[in-house]
Amino acid sequence: MRPSWPFRALLRLYPASFRREYGDELWRVFVARRADGGGAALWLSTIADTMYNAARVHADILRQDLRYAVRMLRRAPGFTATVMLVAALGIGANAAAFSLTDYVLLRPLPFADAGRLVVLWQSQASQPTLRHEVSAANWRDWKSATTSFDGMAAAWTVSANLVGQGEPERLDGTAVSADLLPLLGVQPARGRTFTADDDRAGAPGTVLLSWSLWQSAFAGDESVLGHKVTLDGEPYVVIGVMPPSFAYPSRESQFWRPLRLDNDAFQDRTDFRLRVVAKLKRGVSLARARAELDVVSENLERAHPKENEGVRVLARFMRDEVSQQSRLLVLALLGAAACVLLIACLNLANLLLARALVRRRELALRAALGAGPERLVRQMVTESLLLALGGGVLGVLLAMAALPALTRLVPAELPIAATPEMDLRVLGVAALVTVLAALAFGVVPALRACRNLDAEGLREGARAGIGSRRARLVRAVVVVEICASLVLLVSSGLLLRTLSRLQARDPGFRAAGVMTMRTWLPWPKYERTADRAQFYDRVLGRARALPGVSSAAYISFLPMAFGGGIWPVELPGRVPAKGEQQTVSMRFVTPQLFATLGIPLGAGRDVGEGDGDAQPKVAVVSESFAQKYWPGQSALGKRFKVAFADREVVGVVGDIRVRGLERTSEPQVYLPYKQVPDGWLMFYPPKDLVVRASVDPLSLVPALREVIREIDPEQPISNVRPLADIVDAQMAPRRVQLHVIGTFALLAFALAAIGIYGLLSFAVSNRAQEIGVRMALGATPRSIVGLVLKEGLVLAAVGAVVGLGGAYAAGQGLRALLVGVAATDAATFAAALALVLAMAIVGAALPAWRASRVDPATVIRSD
Amino acid sequence: MTNEPSPEALLPLPPVTFHILVALADGDRHGYAIIQDVAARTDGELKIQAGTLYRSIQRMLEQGLVAEKRTRPAIGEDDERRRYYRITAFGRAVAQAEARRLTQMVKLARACGLVPGKA
Repeated sequence: MRPSWPFRALLRLYPASFRREYGDELWRVFVARRADGGGAALWLSTIADTMYNAARVHADILRQDLRYAVRMLRRAPGFTATVMLVAALGIGANAAAFSLTDYVLLRPLPFADAGRLVVLWQSQASQPTLRHEVSAANWRDWKSATTSFDGMAAAWTVSANLVGQGEPERLDGTAVSADLLPLLGVQPARGRTFTADDDRAGAPGTVLLSWSLWQSAFAGDESVLGHKVTLDGEPYVVIGVMPPSFAYPSRESQFWRPLRLDNDAFQDRTDFRLRVVAKLKRGVSLARARAELDVVSENLERAHPKENEGVRVLARFMRDEVSQQSRLLVLALLGAAACVLLIACLNLANLLLARALVRRRELALRAALGAGPERLVRQMVTESLLLALGGGVLGVLLAMAALPALTRLVPAELPIAATPEMDLRVLGVAALVTVLAALAFGVVPALRACRNLDAEGLREGARAGIGSRRARLVRAVVVVEICASLVLLVSSGLLLRTLSRLQARDPGFRAAGVMTMRTWLPWPKYERTADRAQFYDRVLGRARALPGVSSAAYISFLPMAFGGGIWPVELPGRVPAKGEQQTVSMRFVTPQLFATLGIPLGAGRDVGEGDGDAQPKVAVVSESFAQKYWPGQSALGKRFKVAFADREVVGVVGDIRVRGLERTSEPQVYLPYKQVPDGWLMFYPPKDLVVRASVDPLSLVPALREVIREIDPEQPISNVRPLADIVDAQMAPRRVQLHVIGTFALLAFALAAIGIYGLLSFAVSNRAQEIGVRMALGATPRSIVGLVLKEGLVLAAVGAVVGLGGAYAAGQGLRALLVGVAATDAATFAAALALVLAMAIVGAALPAWRASRVDPATVIRSD
Repeated sequence: MTNEPSPEALLPLPPVTFHILVALADGDRHGYAIIQDVAARTDGELKIQAGTLYRSIQRMLEQGLVAEKRTRPAIGEDDERRRYYRITAFGRAVAQAEARRLTQMVKLARACGLVPGKA
């Protein structure tokens, strides 16, 4: 009597071996019990019994298999180590790439209801993607006129000298409206946040410290609350410390103070300075909020036709403030990691298959002793799971070690800390990848090895199962490996070419030999331009006298370190075309700036000591400026208006790449340092000291610090670095990405070469007899070498043809990251193909050589 | 199977294993008979579930405590496809060792008055 179907279904919970052995017996016991009475209760107890005992039987088998697997793996330490290492590389690469992707692109920002947070920018009706900061008046009006939001808070980036706490320090901070922190739902780690009373014009100064500032400047002292500090000469009371994870608006912010806007701040609608954050009301979509903001901004344009001409609102989820480029940097990494994992799994599958075939005698023996094929497959899969697990643990350790190196890829525009953390999510993904990898490289070899065991296994032992089918499978694996490595080679080649193109670009200045440091002169102490000029003159006079120094100067902002400071210009009689931006990058400078930075002076003169406030206003402009507004003429003596004054051009200098090597920069305008209006343009007075030296620039630092300390002991010094570092730093994300993807490409390349080598060695030892016969029939060693090499090259050719398609697609995907290089760059593709060819030859060389050394007499006799 | 282990190496026995050995000590039985025998001996206290029984039997077979009987019992007494189990000499030794161990434990308990009866 066969078991009824519900009982059979229940029996499936047991492992097949147990089911086969005891299934009928269990059914008989069940039938006997049913005869003794017991209906639903019997079923219930049977179900409970089956579930419990099936789990126990599985656990018993697992324990046995693990014990067996550990024994087997310990007997082959070289094999075990190789497999674990290869698996670790694949899993580690993915764990690291995923934790970065998750951190930058996926997980919610560390704020309450982060999914409802939006960022608002001022844009233009004609240029909807333009992102300007928001004027205080517009913020106030948007806030009062909209109903889509639970709140709309503002912040702006400030910078202040902290005095009275050890060495004077220059700190970046943020002024925030009182409702900002509650809107973000962030609690302080110590103390309290701001109230509306703190955020009134004229209220006593209160400040929140960042965790890192609390640690560095106050040594984590718990009594810091209530402590008085001086920021730019103004007294502030420390009311709290923010937690280490808090990084709004960016990880640069070291302190937060209330905005305390006074009435004057609301007068000028063209003073764009606020970053605005709003929280959508529950149930309100971003689209609806945008529609409302459009209406509001059109109304405001009608009310203020001049200042708000064409002004619209660009509203985006805070999560989406990641630039396309940052996104692509991270995604490319993930793709490369996936390629490495694919290749690693393919190689491991090959390795395990080879080993499984060698073990056929052992497997056949176990089969003869009564182990069913599913039991053997299970055993082998357990073995590969164990291997993958070892690889996974190792891989996660590798990823943890690698993560700090990836922090350059975490975009600064997001309010998150610099280093992604390994958390449970990442570990979960790593575990999933591990299991998938184990199945990918374990199941097929296990199934292959356990097929037809009884038929041939015992008789033929290790030689069995070497058929054309296996060879086909391995060939396919090698072809896929070649494809994947070609894709990675082309991708990293394109990125490498981009980087070298960018680095070959002329920045317009010579960074080598220039030291820079920042002395941001605090107000009101240095509110008067004459006081500042005196400071500059004394510092520069002493600096220029230092041994090894050839020139020194001050400038508002260093090129590349800061791309902003963009001002509109007006030219007499010139009306800008519709949509044309008549803007320049404006800097105030001292004499010798051009000599120090190595910017060539084309015509006219440098700014001079004599260009004072009482003298005529003058400007030095860059060549592109001169060409744009006075094409074909000399710009000298021409006049234009910038920064509230009419100015005469007295010199023309070469253009520099203010916004870095990648982006186009506005034309530049340099104004004399003594012509900054008194008590105005607080952001613009020169603050960066540049010194050109014939000695190592870093060796000047102690002397320069001493010079400044003697002139003003309270003056902090910050941002001390050679100019060359600044030029380098802006290429850092690219360089990191290239290093990582390049490493992945090399790994893939090596793995694929090993794959070719493994396949051909196997083929050669398999075909030793055939080769022997050929040689006996007169084939030369040379022709045998050719035979094996040909096989390697055919594989490479097939892989390359298929891989070209993938590489083309990868190139298209990377387009946004490429500068000056086509996505189909022929040189890159040719180089990658040549490398693949070389890889095939190298991989095939040793097997070919071995084939040519086959002794026909030995191999033919041995059979 | 490994070389003969000493019976003590398997002590203490899981209760179900001991009960099965006791049930088989009297004579060879099939699965359901073991369950019934154990229930009868314990006044219905212990009703071994089928899964538990066969999982134990599988392990006891591996340990050499019981063996599957190849010869059938008296004709007509039972269904001939059923599997019968018998206790091995080793199984008997292990059961005795376990019984000794338990007796020892009871003696200890008595000595300090935990169990009523003579000390």
